[in-house]
Amino acid sequence: MDAASPPADPSLPADAHRPLRIRVDLQAIADMVTPGSRVLDVGCGEGTLLDYLVHFKQVDGRGIELSQAAVTEAVGHGLSVIQGDAEADLKIYPDDAFDFVILSQTLQATRDSRATLRQLLRIGRRVIVSFTNYGHWRLRCFLLWRGRVPVTNGAAHRWYDTPNIHVCTIHDFIDLCRELGVRIERRLLVNPAGRVRRFRSVAFANLCGEQGVFLLSRP
Amino acid sequence: MDLLPRAYPDQVGLAAASTWSGYALGYSAVGGDVRQTGMEAGYAALDPERYGLSGEHSPTGYKVVLGRERPLRLDCGVELGPYTVAYQTYGRLNADRSNAILICHALTGDQFVADPHPITGKPGWWDIMVGPGKPLDSDRYFLICANVLGGCMGTSGPKEINPKTGEPWGLSFPVITVGDMVRAQAELLDHLGIGDLFCVIGGSMGGMQVLAWAAYYPRRVFSAIPIAAAGNHSAQNIALHEVGRQAIMADPDWCAGDYLRQGRKPRRGLAVARMAAHITYLSEAALQRKFGRRLQGRAAVTYGFDADFEVESYLRHQGSTFVERFDPNSYLYITRAMDYFDLAEEFGGTLVKAFDHTPVRFFVVSFTSDWLFPTPESRVVVHALNAVAANVSFLEIETDKGHDAFLLEEPELHRVMRGFLSGAGEHRGLKGP
Repeated sequence: MDAASPPADPSLPADAHRPLRIRVDLQAIADMVTPGSRVLDVGCGEGTLLDYLVHFKQVDGRGIELSQAAVTEAVGHGLSVIQGDAEADLKIYPDDAFDFVILSQTLQATRDSRATLRQLLRIGRRVIVSFTNYGHWRLRCFLLWRGRVPVTNGAAHRWYDTPNIHVCTIHDFIDLCRELGVRIERRLLVNPAGRVRRFRSVAFANLCGEQGVFLLSRP
Repeated sequence: MDLLPRAYPDQVGLAAASTWSGYALGYSAVGGDVRQTGMEAGYAALDPERYGLSGEHSPTGYKVVLGRERPLRLDCGVELGPYTVAYQTYGRLNADRSNAILICHALTGDQFVADPHPITGKPGWWDIMVGPGKPLDSDRYFLICANVLGGCMGTSGPKEINPKTGEPWGLSFPVITVGDMVRAQAELLDHLGIGDLFCVIGGSMGGMQVLAWAAYYPRRVFSAIPIAAAGNHSAQNIALHEVGRQAIMADPDWCAGDYLRQGRKPRRGLAVARMAAHITYLSEAALQRKFGRRLQGRAAVTYGFDADFEVESYLRHQGSTFVERFDPNSYLYITRAMDYFDLAEEFGGTLVKAFDHTPVRFFVVSFTSDWLFPTPESRVVVHALNAVAANVSFLEIETDKGHDAFLLEEPELHRVMRGFLSGAGEHRGLKGP
């Protein structure tokens, strides 16, 4: 499951903006996507993952992103991205509109995470969710020793202005999937060394995974 | 006619070619008239230079007469034919005819997108967008813009001579719709042998035409860029148009629409209509930034009704220059066409049906300070496209320039437009220049 950069396709224009290697968690997601499928990336940012999927997996890719600046970048690179609030807009899509719906590092920023997950499972045959695992031992230690709420996305935010309003652990997420009756087809963790691993023990993953990456489908 | 001194092609010779229909295998147009398809009449018969397809640029544009054999059936029920379409082109149609972009102009625009205006001499209305190396790159694409039906720059409209009477049409010209404009454009493209469009683009009423194009001819349109537009004309916009029309009709020089024959022109009425409309194209912030409460060439107010304020003087100027280049009856007809526009209603009451199974790649654009076609109206279109899982991009651009932002220098719009078009070009297999 380690990130392997695909061979450069000589028929594609040599775009400076298109890296052959993407972040390891994005690569883990990309590896779950079937080539040529229809994909919606919810909270796609500037479209790094989407661009990779469109060009290296030949998907019919779409994105939704809240930030105008990010949408400008994404559409400016030829991606199909809508500026909008995913939580408000998802309900408009028809059932089974996509083969894969991706929620990469966005779950924690949703207002109603459970309802969002339900919507994703309605419009996508499969749903890929990646998130920061707040059960990771470093974060536990941070709270234990420093007595302060860990804020994970660098120095950009403090507890009072972080967009990550609904954080969870791998354990929490698996509980939610069970509650919703969702089938977990694959579950991966990204460890601090940037390696992607499958796991059997939830307790282990919850302690040692910095991120969780899940492939879900309806039962 | 007098504006376009160029000799126009011999119209008899065109009749055969005008039945050509470029799209493949029996697509039937809205309204049910199954068209002749295939290449039997052959576009090769057209002389590319005479029709603006060759890459040679004629600043005065081109004209064709259509509907001689088969008149255009208008939404109002009238059959119009023959009728003239005046158009302009930029760039060169490539060998496989895959690089054509149709530009749809707005209410008071015309086909002179990037040429000095034949009457005012001012730069074309989208000069900053269209030309070599610009986002709508004439080195890469073949760009075509036709004066809309009902217009006053050479296409059949109330100002032109009714060939059956030898007199100006005036109010005897049938009321046209956005759909009629689009069908006339489609006939023009048939005539020129352009089956598919790589892109249809336009702002405001041009954006309405873009949406109608995508809804009526989904197989002929690869990508569509409606800018600052809507799926229908709102009550507020109809109301604003009605003010403009009433201003024209209240002018005694309007002569119940017969001013051309009587040698008069309702200049004051048209100027007032333009002044009122012009306010709606801007935003409060832009007016404040441009004019504030500054006085016009004086130190104090005059306690009279002269143009004391800069903003008044600006509006008066806008009104008086507009009168020079626009026909008052055309203004009535085109505003009416916009009022009647309701794409959802045409498709059984829901916009979703207008775009069901659409293969078109959309890029919808709105502006934060546009209160004439505000972002929520673009979102209605985007949501309808989402509901059919269409391929759509949407961007709301932050600007204080109001509705007219699409005509102005908006670097972000230009940059994203380039990206969208080159992305669409990649999917289309369009080669570089």
